[in-house]
Amino acid sequence: MPVLWIALIVLAAAAIAYVLARRSALASAQGDVRRMHSLPSYYGWHAFILTALPALLLMLAWLIFQPLFIENRIASQLPAEATATATSQQLAMRDVRSVADGLQAAISSGAITPEEMEAFTNDPSTLRARLGEAGVALGGNVTSETLEAAQNFRALASTMNLTMTVLVIGVALAGAAIALKQVRPDFWARNAVERTVMGLLIFASAIAIFTTISIVFSMVFETMNFFRQYPWQSFFFGTTWSPVFHGNSQLGIVPLLWGTLYISFIALLVAVPIGLFAAIYLSEYASNRVRSFAKPLIEVLAGIPTIVYGLFALVTVGPLLRDYFAQPLGLGSSGTSVMTAGLVMGVMIIPFVSSLSDDIINSVPQSLRDGSLGLGATKSETIRQVVLPAALPGIVGAVLLAASRAIGETMIVVLGAGAAARLGLNPFEAMTTITVKIVSQLTGDTDFNSPETLVAFALGLTLFVITLGLNIFALYIVRKYREQYE
Amino acid sequence: MNDMRIAERDVSTSETKIAARGVQVHYGTTHALKDVDIDILNGNVTAFIGPSGCGKSTFLRCLNRMNDTIAAAKVTGSIKLDGEDIYDAKVDPVQLRAKVGMVFQKPNPFPKSIYDNVAYGPKIHGLTRSKAELDNVVETSLKKAALWNEVKDRLHSPGTGLSGGQQQRLCIARAVATSPEVLLMDEPCSALDPIATAQVEELIDELRGQFAVVIVTHSMQQAARVSQKTAFFHLGNLVEFGETGQIFTNPRDPRTESYISGRIG
Ligand SMILES: Nc1ncnc2c1ncn2[C@@H]1O[C@H](COP(=O)(O)OP(=O)(O)OP(=O)(O)O)[C@@H](O)[C@H]1O
Ligand SMILES: [Mg+2]
Repeated sequence: MPVLWIALIVLAAAAIAYVLARRSALASAQGDVRRMHSLPSYYGWHAFILTALPALLLMLAWLIFQPLFIENRIASQLPAEATATATSQQLAMRDVRSVADGLQAAISSGAITPEEMEAFTNDPSTLRARLGEAGVALGGNVTSETLEAAQNFRALASTMNLTMTVLVIGVALAGAAIALKQVRPDFWARNAVERTVMGLLIFASAIAIFTTISIVFSMVFETMNFFRQYPWQSFFFGTTWSPVFHGNSQLGIVPLLWGTLYISFIALLVAVPIGLFAAIYLSEYASNRVRSFAKPLIEVLAGIPTIVYGLFALVTVGPLLRDYFAQPLGLGSSGTSVMTAGLVMGVMIIPFVSSLSDDIINSVPQSLRDGSLGLGATKSETIRQVVLPAALPGIVGAVLLAASRAIGETMIVVLGAGAAARLGLNPFEAMTTITVKIVSQLTGDTDFNSPETLVAFALGLTLFVITLGLNIFALYIVRKYREQYE
Repeated sequence: MNDMRIAERDVSTSETKIAARGVQVHYGTTHALKDVDIDILNGNVTAFIGPSGCGKSTFLRCLNRMNDTIAAAKVTGSIKLDGEDIYDAKVDPVQLRAKVGMVFQKPNPFPKSIYDNVAYGPKIHGLTRSKAELDNVVETSLKKAALWNEVKDRLHSPGTGLSGGQQQRLCIARAVATSPEVLLMDEPCSALDPIATAQVEELIDELRGQFAVVIVTHSMQQAARVSQKTAFFHLGNLVEFGETGQIFTNPRDPRTESYISGRIG
């Protein structure tokens, strides 16, 4: 039975259990809710959880382990030469799986009848052509060992599926029965539900943490792989970036890192003052009416897709800077430049600075402002000397968030600053960043085991470490200030 | 009733510092203050008493235009400081607040060091010419507010790290350091122990030599101890205003009578 159906059956059973448990709870207390420990719906939810949760968890575990189990069993039936090395076993298993899947598809669609199947068992040489006619493409000819293994594979899978269906539904029904038996006025259903809720919350946060950890691990493994093929000194200290796909590449991160930091710096130079001043205006000076439409309007900037910003950089800002600044000043004639990307990116991250800072400035207590105004300070003195210092930790956080956004940005850089890795000071020259190079190293026809490709992971990990460092630094600043002034 | 040493100090018949006539305050649709007439005299301490929510803080905030910061508040009537209407367009509220200082009901130290909290006013108004002079102002202000001994070794630690009562005295020191002509104090002793209260009361008495002082208090004893004039507010009305001794011994209005006797009878 398809997995979706089983899940639906379990949920339906749980819903029924909910209704029954609720009703029997009410009945057991003779309709007087006050005599029960918990509200009737808690008994219902308890029954729902006990029915659905163990059954669904069992199904999940089964679905994860069934393929592993089947694989093991079938592999032990394969001839010895096929399982001699790990690679050859993998290849053989891949064949078995594709034949099994092909047969399954062909038989269930009626393209191959069971009688035909009998014939193929004796002579598998025509199977490939026959499956091809039925719309299932196989990589190579089918040997009789493979066919046998594939048949075993199918048989095993279907028995296991059946077992799972029976077990899962059985567990669900057993859960419902237990829950219904537990319904008594003195059963603490409310607390039981509470525990489940807590478990659910822990599970959700665990998933987030495990994902992060596994992302880091996969990056670390590939990066170690890279450093086995390419010396780390040349990666971290090399000042040339020139990947060649026949080997002998120079993969120094320095020009990319420089480009990343340079562009982000210009972006922050644009975004921090503008964003902060806008936030101060909005929170301290603007009337409620102005604020209610100006704030969403600024936030729209954050919603524009970065590719649109990229186009704006490429078509408008780039040529403008070239024609009116770079060329007249004799600083180059490149349409794409650090300046272009930095300016446009700066506009993009304004709302990160302004919106967060605005919220933070607004949360500074009015009594502090009153205190300063009451001593005869002007509004701007009050803002400079009292409000901003009080809001500083939050503002630093906002700026660092904007900085991580800028460092991770790709699209605007490709279109605004170009893709040429260069180490230079002239802001009107084309440069590029780490993220752009990650994309270009991973796209196109590449061998996944060459240093030219693996370098992408090393770049990614470096970027990750940089943004992590920024975040830790932000936390440190915020905490230091909190300690002092709270 | 031995702590009811009713003002043995005479009301100095000096000139009027602030004259309020027909002051009304509305917060949106709430009519918080109705037709208040009051004269605040120089060299005197004026106490405002009355049940919670009767408009004492509201009236106090009118006197240095702090109600300007509340969008919903609308003040009408006339309030004259030295004969000049403070709600006149020619008057800069910032200048006014430098002259009419205020200590708020809730302590609100700035997120700065103790020293910088007290030095804030003098720095803004350029009251001192040298660092030594500023140090001196900070020290005398803290001494006046009875806080010096507790903080003299940690002037550069944050003012927000002090206890509630210490913060309240820090705010008093901060207001005193600006040397205003009128000092408005909204329940300055609400978080203080009896010793600190006595010290602040001493300060108030000392201050009235230089300024006019207005103090809001819920303590009848305190009003009786420190003030020469007392105003009793009730539901936004100024019910009775007169010499402290007369208000406490011989109130004219039955509402004053029942309020006072309910508390101290
Ligand atoms: N910012 C405000 N917005 C709206 N209404 C306000 C505001 N401040 C005060 N009020 C209202 O004005 C009335 C008087 O308040 P006020 O703060 O002057 O009382 P109070 O006499 O100082 O009381 P307490 O002794 O409790 O401090 C109250 O009814 C209060 O609800
Ligand atoms: Mg008050």
